[in-house]
Amino acid sequence: MAAPAESSGWFPALAIAVSLLKCLFINAYHSTDFEVHRNWLAITHSLPVSRWYYENTSEWTLDYPPLFAWFEYGLSQAAVHFDRGMLVVANLNYASPATILFQRLSVVFADLVFIYAVKECCTTVREEKAAKDLLRRPCFVLAVLLLWNFGLFIVDHIHFQYNGFLFGFLLLSVARHLQARHLEGALWFSIVLNLKHINLYVAPAYGIYLLRCFCFAQDNPDGSLRWRSFSPVRFVSLGAVVLSVTAASFGPFVAMGQLPQVLSRLFPFKRGLCHAYWAPNFWALYNVLDKALSVLGVRLGLLDVAGLPKASMTGGLVQEFQHAVLPSVHPPAALLCTLLAMLPALWCVWRRPCGGRCFLRCLVQCALASFMFSWHVHEKAVLLAVLPLSILAVESRRDAGIFLMLATTGHYSLFPLLFTPAEFPIKVLLMLLFTMYSFSALRNLFSGEGSLLHPLEAVYLLGLVAVEVVCEVVFPLSPWQRTLPFVPLLVTSVYCALGVSYSFVRLYVSLLTQEVTEKAKRL
Amino acid sequence: METFTLVSMSILLGVLVRWGVSFNSYSGAGKPPMFGDYEAQRHWQEVTYNLPIQEWYFNTTDNDLNYWGLDYPPLTAFHSLLCAHVAKLINPEWVKLLGSRGYESPAHKLFMRATVLAADLLVYIPAVVLYCCNLTNGSTNKKVGTLLCILLYPGLILIDYGHFQYNGLSLGLTLWGVLGLGLGWDALGSLAFSLALNYKQMELYHALPFFCYLLGKCARQGLTGRGLFSLVKIAVTVLVTFALCWLPFLSNPEQALQVLRRIFPVARGLFEDKVANAWCSLNVLIKIRSILSSDSQFYLSFTVTLLAITPSSLKLLKTPTFWQFKLALVNSSLAFFLFSYQVHEKSILLAALPVCLLLNDLPLVAIYFLQVSTFSMLPLLLKDGLLMPYAVTSLAFLVFSTHLLSALERCTEAQLRLEGYHRLAAWLPACLPRLDLARIIRRKFYTSLLLMVGLSVASVALPPPAGLPDLFPVLVSTFSFLHFLGTFIYFNIVQLSTPQGKQKTM
Repeated sequence: MAAPAESSGWFPALAIAVSLLKCLFINAYHSTDFEVHRNWLAITHSLPVSRWYYENTSEWTLDYPPLFAWFEYGLSQAAVHFDRGMLVVANLNYASPATILFQRLSVVFADLVFIYAVKECCTTVREEKAAKDLLRRPCFVLAVLLLWNFGLFIVDHIHFQYNGFLFGFLLLSVARHLQARHLEGALWFSIVLNLKHINLYVAPAYGIYLLRCFCFAQDNPDGSLRWRSFSPVRFVSLGAVVLSVTAASFGPFVAMGQLPQVLSRLFPFKRGLCHAYWAPNFWALYNVLDKALSVLGVRLGLLDVAGLPKASMTGGLVQEFQHAVLPSVHPPAALLCTLLAMLPALWCVWRRPCGGRCFLRCLVQCALASFMFSWHVHEKAVLLAVLPLSILAVESRRDAGIFLMLATTGHYSLFPLLFTPAEFPIKVLLMLLFTMYSFSALRNLFSGEGSLLHPLEAVYLLGLVAVEVVCEVVFPLSPWQRTLPFVPLLVTSVYCALGVSYSFVRLYVSLLTQEVTEKAKRL
Repeated sequence: METFTLVSMSILLGVLVRWGVSFNSYSGAGKPPMFGDYEAQRHWQEVTYNLPIQEWYFNTTDNDLNYWGLDYPPLTAFHSLLCAHVAKLINPEWVKLLGSRGYESPAHKLFMRATVLAADLLVYIPAVVLYCCNLTNGSTNKKVGTLLCILLYPGLILIDYGHFQYNGLSLGLTLWGVLGLGLGWDALGSLAFSLALNYKQMELYHALPFFCYLLGKCARQGLTGRGLFSLVKIAVTVLVTFALCWLPFLSNPEQALQVLRRIFPVARGLFEDKVANAWCSLNVLIKIRSILSSDSQFYLSFTVTLLAITPSSLKLLKTPTFWQFKLALVNSSLAFFLFSYQVHEKSILLAALPVCLLLNDLPLVAIYFLQVSTFSMLPLLLKDGLLMPYAVTSLAFLVFSTHLLSALERCTEAQLRLEGYHRLAAWLPACLPRLDLARIIRRKFYTSLLLMVGLSVASVALPPPAGLPDLFPVLVSTFSFLHFLGTFIYFNIVQLSTPQGKQKTM
């Protein structure tokens, strides 16, 4: 990743380099998600559409929206030429070398969407003064931060998923909004929403922004909403775009009367509040607080041991987690918390929209709010905030600081995804590579404007090294490994939860104070 | 960006690629009864751990020399012993005498790969970093670019982390030797190179330039005064290093002789398999091995090799500059590879190392040669199931190195150091036509790249014609031989035409 001598052709070089690097890990460990996607290939290829959401030979049933199923169907047409064995539904855990090659390559090639989206995002970056040194140009830094993103790399190309492909559409829609091509942006977003419904997390930001800035064509001179400027044409065309994509995706299933079945697959609320490995969010802190209080209560004699729920003592291993002291959380409560956490950001966009950047900030905020408070969040969902935040990070010093906090803790919280010894060097090396680059590049970008991190923040981030050493080197050698095997995961998720929550709060503070300073300027 | 960050990121990337390649198969994986180099290395651990040192190189009931008997110098044996001690700590089954033959498991593979990485991290990578930071000229970006290119050279990575060997160790020690000489610490340099020689006898390919450079330098200082003192110092260093490495075998002459017999197996013939050197390529036209007796084959190859290295050695002896030294390293190792006795296809790595050192000075030719050198090992890599890493690392190296070193822009005749040709052509206008050599080389580069891609695809995808089962390996080795010969001639021209006073300025 060192300096290309001349400025032409650096983007293809970066993209080719990272794609080749991805191909190097074809034979590395892959998680059960590999089998999940193989199974979906088999289902979509060998069964009629009406059976897709009913098939349950494998435990990994189809639980992505229909557009993604069609994507798998398209892939299966190419898979035929590699190995027909992977397309048989009954071949559970089928992983011949040709199957592995095909599936891995399919991820690498699907990432072309992502590469294109990154290129578009780079063109939207504002450059005040074109730096002579390529390494100091914001668009170069942004390209590296996105293309070489640590989280995407290990989740997609080692763990195995198609996030790069999906984020490609999301970033493309963001880029289109930044370029003020709103209808296109809406189209790409409806596509990505129909590919993976986790993007509902950021849907409120899109809804409010498009309504406010696209459907209302004009503002009052003081920036407030002019109700009379509502443009029905725009509203209808927007609705037509969104509805036509959704209709293409869900229409056939509605026609077959399968909508309830599809929805029950998409939203399995029977799962617990937290994933087996707690995502580093508010609920991880909540759970730990509950545990601490219950232990304290027992010590002080305020609580009766017999009255405590049993499973709580093995927290982190089971999905169901019953709280002993604090009130237990139910899906509606989690949803309410999420919406409440989003509201201020949405309100900001509604009150005083300041263009695409404001929308982007709101999008990051919504993604992070959902990550913090939603029901059954996966640790990978943090990427939904990290990737869009990269765009803001190369433009302002304050966002750069928040990005470093969030990206480093969020990425570190992905470490437990790769637990096999052979992959240990990979995650450490890649993480070091990415973190080192992001710190040094962003520091260079804002070299004249003071340090990016508060000393305390730096100490917290250095603490991650200590956590890593303790969790993966010291602890496995200690006798507690057998009695308390869940402690490393617990420590990792709680420690990272602190950093993510902190970034969430800081992002809000920066959003709200920005509002205040702008008001002050106007006065 | 600070140099420190750039250098660290290059190292991280280099290590990452190495580890990525290590996920793939190794030589002889799951192929009893003989397996491959991986098993050889494991077997040496078993032998050195369990047998007394006197039996290591001898055929005994517990040590069947026909089953991957130890045939490298003592330092390799000591390294195996060290690894064996670590292996014993983790799982005693890995080094159990006789019981561990052909042992294979994912955990063991991980262990073996880790030993290669450890050796690289300790010896090869630091040497490369120091070389690029101290002995190359140009801006920081240029230095880091060179560093990254050397670290990403696919041939070495594929053989060490795919096929399985410890070339990083012997080449790394040689590089420490080069560093020592380049920085003026001649005694330390010779110490490092003596260690390299004691690790792998093939390092003899590099021995003559070391010798000539040091001798020439001492002669310059005056062989009666300071020069003599330096010469004695260097000689003592070398002798003591050798003595220490061979100490266990010196008590009994029979021991030492047996080690020598194992290290230089003269009886094995002029060449084996398909290797891109002169003899194997000549074999396509004339069946040398059936015409000449074994002895005359040996003398023939010895004489031709000697003739091939003489010009560059004499020139170096006369002008012992660092620039000449680097060129002589290339010329000597290529001469040995092309003409000497019993050459393996992997030995091209010995020539690749000094060419890597010239990446910054002569980017286009160096990249050209390094690409061909990786390609020349294609049949071996295919046998080991390393097609994917071969394709990926070669492509990455090509893209990165041409981009980072701006190889295609930096190739005027002056930059290719071919002014000598025109001076010669001015003298002999009748025999030498006036040519635009830079354009020819550039065009040849593109043609060769296309040919290599074509031959690689053909080797993988096409079944060979019925009458010629070895068609593709022979094509690959002949193609590579022609390129190596061309490179050899080119580097000789560059070395011999460098004027006396001119150092490594550009």
